[in-house]
Amino acid sequence: MRNEMYHRSVISLLGLFLALPVAATLLYSLSSEWGATMLPSGLTFNWYLQLWNDPRFLTAFGHSLLVCLGTLLVSALIIVPAAFVTFYRFPWLNRWMNIIILMPFAVPPVVSSVGLLQLYSHGPLTLVGTPWVLIGCYFTIVLPFIYRALANTLGAMNLRDLMDAAHLLGADTPRALVSVILPNLKPALMASLFLSFSFLLGEFVFANMLVGTHFETLQVYLYNVRQTSGHFTSAVVMSYFLFTLALTWLAARLGK
Amino acid sequence: MDSSLSTCQLSALTSQPRRGPRWRHWQASLALLPLMVMLLVFCLAPMGWVIVNSVHSEDGNTLANFREILGSPFYLQAFVSSIRISLYSSVIGLLIVLPGAASLARVPGRLQNIAVAFTNMTSNLAGVPLAFAFIIILGTNGALTLLLRHAGLIDDLQLYSSNGLILIYSYFQIPLGLLLLYPAFSQLNDDWPDAAALLGASPGQYWRHVGLPVLAPAVCGTFVLLFANAMGAYASAYALTTGNYNLVTVRIASLVSGDIFLEPNLAAALSVMLMALLILVTAVNQWLLRRSHAQ
Repeated sequence: MRNEMYHRSVISLLGLFLALPVAATLLYSLSSEWGATMLPSGLTFNWYLQLWNDPRFLTAFGHSLLVCLGTLLVSALIIVPAAFVTFYRFPWLNRWMNIIILMPFAVPPVVSSVGLLQLYSHGPLTLVGTPWVLIGCYFTIVLPFIYRALANTLGAMNLRDLMDAAHLLGADTPRALVSVILPNLKPALMASLFLSFSFLLGEFVFANMLVGTHFETLQVYLYNVRQTSGHFTSAVVMSYFLFTLALTWLAARLGK
Repeated sequence: MDSSLSTCQLSALTSQPRRGPRWRHWQASLALLPLMVMLLVFCLAPMGWVIVNSVHSEDGNTLANFREILGSPFYLQAFVSSIRISLYSSVIGLLIVLPGAASLARVPGRLQNIAVAFTNMTSNLAGVPLAFAFIIILGTNGALTLLLRHAGLIDDLQLYSSNGLILIYSYFQIPLGLLLLYPAFSQLNDDWPDAAALLGASPGQYWRHVGLPVLAPAVCGTFVLLFANAMGAYASAYALTTGNYNLVTVRIASLVSGDIFLEPNLAAALSVMLMALLILVTAVNQWLLRRSHAQ
């Protein structure tokens, strides 16, 4: 009993510590003024109203949503068939895939930006400054998460029997993939997509170095408005944070 | 498995010499092609560019870039501060995470689920938003700064210094470390402490001779990941000090996207050195693990 009390208090203490910056930012975003005193002098929703009426913020938010959704669509269209083929036709490949998909993980974004900036800022493949380069980079970020989620499900299901049964009933392989395998993959796929969404929304390095203000995303906007009121930036941080909170909650619900 | 018989029969059926519905080999490989192309264009090609151009400089000398870095106090300072901040924040993060993960593995399932979800959530608070949150709390006019100043404990809090960066880095290491480490603590059997106590071991002896050796691989692995994570981090430091603090990642970024001198080849050489350092740390970790297994 005393042991359990100890563990509970350790967890609570840690939770409190982790929650502190979030709580302070929330309070700051809701206070009218919080300068030379310990607690804010008044509460207000004005910062949020101002923020959600700022066309630049709405554009940046829209840009972020567009890039993230675009990435997830491209990723799903590329990774689902690849994972399926790996497990169905080339099972020996799975071991290699597990290594290949982790490659982008080993390289810090700053480092790959160096090469990306030189390779794609001119010539036939001019991607720097456009959202396309972000979609490509974000694909490499989410690849391990989505592939592993799909691989776990594909490894656990009776893939060969399911496919043979579908073939016997007259479906060709693409048809069988879409109407038999895909419904089975859906929970894992959706959960990994939502999770990817939530951390893509927080990506700053690629967005700032490769695209910057040409196609301002949420994080770049946040950085660029740092000189305005701290209350205002807090409102940006909280809006972003609550949005990702909703996404991770959805991911957890869909993963069940 | 009793389905193996029917599977054999089915594959015998489908391999009949009719135009089978199954994809031929090359058609199946085609499904892998887009993934490989994306990786090639957005991961391998930039990596290759960095490695090739790190040994290219204007005067044609292959090692000139590296010689310039190693001979420059400015770049060496960047490496020293990056390593210092990464090392401190990983150790501090681990010291907080170890008791936290031990408790997280021992609380009832419901509380554990809530705590893990909460940790996941805070791991999203990184980079630019995290730097701003810390400015609000601990900046020049931050709430906690004012509190401490009123209490007369401090004159001024140096958030925009290496200590401030260590604090912020430690904060974002904690959720990551917790999520990586708490499954390892579930390996520890609940009966082991009792068994050790029966044999006359104190709790300290139990941890030294049983607990920590079992956990060592996971702890070392987590440490390496935290260290690599901190070495590669850029956004928080950049947002906190607007690129004025001398770190390796900040230097690399300013050499390719700064306002004044663009020297991509030097940035490539710095990048290669950074990655060599990370590979070295990982290799040492692997070597230690293998040695401890051999004993």
